[in-house]
Amino acid sequence: MSVRKWARIRSPWLIHFNTGGCNGCDIEFVAAITPRFDVERFGIKLQGSPRHADVLGVTGPITMQITKRLVRIYRQMPEPKFVVAIGTCATSGGPFKDCYSVHGGVDTVIPVDVYIPGCPPKPEAIIYGIAKLLNKLSGSGSGGEDNGGHTQKT
Amino acid sequence: MSYGSTIKVPFGPQHPALKEPEYFLFEVDGDIVVKVTPRIGYVHRGVEKAFEQETYLHNLYLAERICGICSHAHTTCYTQTVEGLIPLEVPPRAVYIRLIMAELERLHSHSLWVGIAAHEAGFDTLFMYLWRDREMIMDLMEEISGNRVTHAINTIGGVRRDITSEQANKIKKFMDKFEANVKEYMKVLETEQTFLKRTKGVGILKPRDAISLCAVGPTLRASGIKSDVRADDPYLAYGEIPFNVITHDGCDVYARTIVRCEEMIESANIIRYALDHLPEGKIKVPPPRTIAPNESVGRVEAPRGELIHYARSNGTAKPERYKVRAPTLGNLASVCQTLIGAHVADIPMILAGIDPCFSCMDRVVIINKDA
Ligand code: SF4
Repeated sequence: MSVRKWARIRSPWLIHFNTGGCNGCDIEFVAAITPRFDVERFGIKLQGSPRHADVLGVTGPITMQITKRLVRIYRQMPEPKFVVAIGTCATSGGPFKDCYSVHGGVDTVIPVDVYIPGCPPKPEAIIYGIAKLLNKLSGSGSGGEDNGGHTQKT
Repeated sequence: MSYGSTIKVPFGPQHPALKEPEYFLFEVDGDIVVKVTPRIGYVHRGVEKAFEQETYLHNLYLAERICGICSHAHTTCYTQTVEGLIPLEVPPRAVYIRLIMAELERLHSHSLWVGIAAHEAGFDTLFMYLWRDREMIMDLMEEISGNRVTHAINTIGGVRRDITSEQANKIKKFMDKFEANVKEYMKVLETEQTFLKRTKGVGILKPRDAISLCAVGPTLRASGIKSDVRADDPYLAYGEIPFNVITHDGCDVYARTIVRCEEMIESANIIRYALDHLPEGKIKVPPPRTIAPNESVGRVEAPRGELIHYARSNGTAKPERYKVRAPTLGNLASVCQTLIGAHVADIPMILAGIDPCFSCMDRVVIINKDA
């Protein structure tokens, strides 16, 4: 294992972006970093800037207004980058799928590596999903390519 | 000191201090904010339109997903509005169970907020302590309703689950412990210099401004104004339960923290009283499928303030029009006012002070055709 890969698996930095969700997923995500669940023990750290992050955690359906911003944040992240769709909304659009100002799931805009369904997923499920991503990294290590915006509806 | 010219500082929609995407444009002169332009609409999903396309029962689950933090407040308001349309009398036991859940939710929402406030002030230890306690409330809510966040305990005509006597004892025991912890944290908040320096005198909202800018909830009460839907227009069983409306004259972020802490203690008392006086009987009555043409308004004191739902029925199983007015919309104008004259470093603290919940609020989207 190369040093770079080792470092990536041992200490992934996460950025969280809400794309129009109901906060349910967000608070469960924040709960995952608090004492009971404590994802920091996996070396996972929450990051404020997309330029420093390895993993983008998206919660909520993609609203029309946020689409451009999401793509921009995704483009700002350095390669290799990974996307985790947290919650049913981020996976498929969830209850807001047919709303007039919603695109649908995250994968209608940017490529996704791991889907965590649940409305909202429990912190345990979020940790499990991230652990899956780390497994994937230590295996083949295939990340999404930057084809941001390719399937956008207009 | 003034520099004579201003610079523009964009804030959001992705920003570490904002948990939700919203955009503010600050014009600053040196270190002082002189103008604030909010730009809302990033979280607009079109919920009100979606309401018109589903049946009343389906909409219950949609109402829950307007906001994940005050999901129970939204379903309480929704059921209250729809039961007003029918009209339908809810069994007393169901009313009490709704009330207990609502107060548990207030506890979780306020402890979440006080934790975030401590975090914004750079006091992460307290943030962790409060969130640890909050997990225990989440456990209680999960035990009662089966879910941590979207409880789905309310249904039109009552509640879906009963509270057993063991659960009641467990909640009561926990309330004693929680109350002791909150008192302990309050002692820390009142004496800890790092926290006081970040919050005292920061984000002043004068009582007159609070009224004219339509502030609601703890933000309004922290400006010394006694206004609470639970006391002013009692719904559920609040008319039968003795409790105090907490106010504070500080008008600053510190006052907002103390108001929320004291409200937590008050909520613990309400829960204990409600459990002791829990009426016996049925927990739900069956609602009709279709509703004759009618109009109805529901008002609820959500953790963040007054929440209003409006519905109009047309004789079918689906509402003709549904409207949601969330507390953050009321507080947004006041926070823009309080931000003027503030230091740039205090922006996250003041913004967090109203406990913003943009997913509740974003009911409109502004489209500029010419841009
Ligand atoms: S998946 Fe559920 S909890 Fe998460 S943002 Fe969507 S509606 Fe809210």
